[in-house]
Amino acid sequence: MSSYLFSRLAQTIVTLFVMSVLVFVGLYMVGNPVDVLLSSSATPQERMEVIRAFGLDRPVWEQYFTFLTKALQGDLGNSFIFNQPALDLIFQRMPATLELAFVALVMALIIGIPLGVRAGLKPKSRISRLIMTFSILGFSLPTFWIGLIMIMIFSVFLGWLPASGRGDTVNLLGVPVSFLTLDGLSHLLLPAFNLALFKISLVIRLTRAGVMEVMQLDYVRFARAKGINEKRILRVHVLKNTLIPLITVIGLELGSLIAFAVVTETIFAWPGMGKLIIDAIGVLDRPVILAYLLITVVMFSVINLVVDILYSIVDPRVRLEGGSR
Amino acid sequence: MSEPILSISGLTTEFKVGKEWRDVIRNVNLDIHQGETVAVVGESGSGKSVTAMSVMRLLGSNARSSGKILFEGQDLLGLTQEAMQTVRGNRIGMIFQEPMTSLNPVLKIGEQITEVLMEHRGLEHRAALAEAERLLEKVRIPSARQRLNEYPLSFSGGMRQRVVIAIALACEPKLLIADEPTTALDVTIQAQILELIKALQQEEGMAVLFITHDMGVVAEISDRTAVMFRGDVVETGLTEQIFRQPAHPYTRALLAAVPQLGSMNGQSLPLRFPIVDMATGQIEPVKPTVDTVRNDADPVLKVERLVTRFPVKKGILRRTVGNIHAVEDVSFEVREGETLSLVGESGCGKSTTGRSILRLTDPTSGRVTIQQRDVVSADKQELAVIRREAQMIFQDPFESLNPRLRVGDAIAEPMVAHGLAGASDVGERVGKLLEKVGLSPSMADRFPHEFSGGQRQRVCIARALALDPKMIVADESVSALDVSIKAQVINLLLDLQEQLGLGYLFISHDMAVVERISHRVAVMYMGEIVEIGPRQAVFENPQHPYTRKLMAAVPIADPTRKRVRQISNDEIRTPYREAGFVPPSREYLKIGEDHFVLGRKQERAA
Repeated sequence: MSSYLFSRLAQTIVTLFVMSVLVFVGLYMVGNPVDVLLSSSATPQERMEVIRAFGLDRPVWEQYFTFLTKALQGDLGNSFIFNQPALDLIFQRMPATLELAFVALVMALIIGIPLGVRAGLKPKSRISRLIMTFSILGFSLPTFWIGLIMIMIFSVFLGWLPASGRGDTVNLLGVPVSFLTLDGLSHLLLPAFNLALFKISLVIRLTRAGVMEVMQLDYVRFARAKGINEKRILRVHVLKNTLIPLITVIGLELGSLIAFAVVTETIFAWPGMGKLIIDAIGVLDRPVILAYLLITVVMFSVINLVVDILYSIVDPRVRLEGGSR
Repeated sequence: MSEPILSISGLTTEFKVGKEWRDVIRNVNLDIHQGETVAVVGESGSGKSVTAMSVMRLLGSNARSSGKILFEGQDLLGLTQEAMQTVRGNRIGMIFQEPMTSLNPVLKIGEQITEVLMEHRGLEHRAALAEAERLLEKVRIPSARQRLNEYPLSFSGGMRQRVVIAIALACEPKLLIADEPTTALDVTIQAQILELIKALQQEEGMAVLFITHDMGVVAEISDRTAVMFRGDVVETGLTEQIFRQPAHPYTRALLAAVPQLGSMNGQSLPLRFPIVDMATGQIEPVKPTVDTVRNDADPVLKVERLVTRFPVKKGILRRTVGNIHAVEDVSFEVREGETLSLVGESGCGKSTTGRSILRLTDPTSGRVTIQQRDVVSADKQELAVIRREAQMIFQDPFESLNPRLRVGDAIAEPMVAHGLAGASDVGERVGKLLEKVGLSPSMADRFPHEFSGGQRQRVCIARALALDPKMIVADESVSALDVSIKAQVINLLLDLQEQLGLGYLFISHDMAVVERISHRVAVMYMGEIVEIGPRQAVFENPQHPYTRKLMAAVPIADPTRKRVRQISNDEIRTPYREAGFVPPSREYLKIGEDHFVLGRKQERAA
């Protein structure tokens, strides 16, 4: 187990390094942030000063080397725009995004799994067909459009739920969260559901396919021959085996939830990192983009690690071992 | 006689296919008394499993049964599913064929046993665990307490089947239904499980409904037998009587097709199976076998000191910590027109030997020569030539044919690939090959799913023959087939050997089939050949203890020869060795003409 963790850590560090090189070189090639930052009336001398201040006059490998030495000391540079450490900026916004993503994930699971099980147990019934139709809609309708329609129905016409912002927050372990206040919860509901919609559809389909497959297997037949009641067969024998493939997919999807929160955050004016990164890209704020992408890499690695560990807990056939897998 | 425990009368089960109901079993009548074992025997599709599933009411919503199934005076067909649940696993226990898949892989063994006890006997968890331990001991599983906390993956097939039996017997049922419980197991393990079922039956006094396709098993275990054929019970009676005087033509055909170990004593050549006319029950006389072995020419296949090992790697640096010694210092020859059988149990290395010979798996060391060409050092072109001389037929005819390719194209493919036939004559050659294996040339346009298992294996044989090989490696090629089909395919192989002078390397776990088809036999155990020699010598005068054990484990299809057997509860061992292990040098002792048995130098010294 420890050798497994060690090798995973090494993999993550290599990935981070490769990623930072790619992003650094990539950003170096697209546009010049100075053009965006300075007004067109700036004198050539002012221009030179800014370029020197940001260290943009030196060759790319030297810039990268400076970045790398600082990064190893935990400093990913200051934002060109806010003149604050890029990491701080991101960490300020991160809780909002993570909260949104996690609530969306929980919604996807508590709505998706029961519906998927139902559709898998009686695939030909009318309700099951209805569920599957819903999941097709969830897959195919664009998120932003549904978001707008939801705002129109629930905020504008019915006036039940607020359309933007985070609402009241309370500090949980020093991190501001919305879901513990009624107002915050009401703000969270629409964006989270909007973000979850696609995942609900995915979870429904995966669960349904899993249940239909497992129901056919010998050990379920044997459990019936043992005279075990249907509830227990479903809960213990079917569901646990269905969850195994689901865990992998959900882990990867959590990453994409965080990444795709951008659209939902924009529509519902949710103050998360998605908004920050979009703005940073607009003005070529390199340190922020770089820091955001590196944090994303770390996040994906951690999520994948958690998924693998969970997997080995749920499925005794999987043993974690060091080295290539 | 007392009232039967289970009395099935007029049972008909239908399945819904599309919009209509089709009957799968018709008017089945069967009684089972306390303490009695009744075997239901038949080939695939005969409805024997459906009968069992109908009794358990496990067939699902697209099946319906009519008739009467009286169990302890209650008609099971009249019960609700809830009431049925209290019968299943409680009053009637059931075992399935596949021990590898009958247990839930993600639940501990303990939990899978206790759930039955808690469901039916109302035990609480702790009491159930103690009872589960007792049950595991009862089915002779060593260190039962620790094993309760393990998952099925750490149990071998035989051990899993014991667990399944423990579960089925947990509530001391009056009736045990065993659906092919030993079919997926090796012979020595099969013998263990059969003995276990017999012993437990005596301890508990329960009745057993035993479903099988294997006449040998029937003869070993059952008091009475019902023979099923295409959904009908064609014959029921005392097992001895059925074997002595089969009344129905089908029973006769089935019995004629059953290879019986020891039936070839005094016979040195292979022997075809008698074919029975299904309508009249008339047995056609067996064509005498011609001696096809060409001792004058060089051997077609020569294997010298073949070694194939698979490294086992661990740790971050993927260090090789040990090796599976799948094939260890194996040498033999096959001559033109000769059949050498490699026989042994799963994991003994017989299939790896076959694969290494054609370099489907790369051997670690040793020399293999096919038609004077060195296989191990051959480059790509040479290998293509060699593979034309030596072809392979696999076990599963369902998986070894591409489902989207017409069989004609499948047979033509190797000829076109090797440039042996052009577009003009390939169709004609395919037709001839199909005729040769007993199919009609017009079948070339069909897809594999339109054929039965036996026909598909014929197609595979035709495909192997397409390149005019001198040598065929047949890896468990008849194991997946029903007995009567098996007999036909073996007859076909013998016919082809006579016509074409083929050399066969026949890889099989089935001693009785091997006895029928081979000129010479090599017994493999843990990667080594422990005994090799003329078939007659090896079967009539087995020398190595493992050969004897293997022979003793084979069920004999003759109820009058029921034996009291001393069965050890050994597992089959894997040939895993630490890295750096140097195999002891081996020496073969000569027993008789061409008959050798493995002995170790130090053993002799000691």
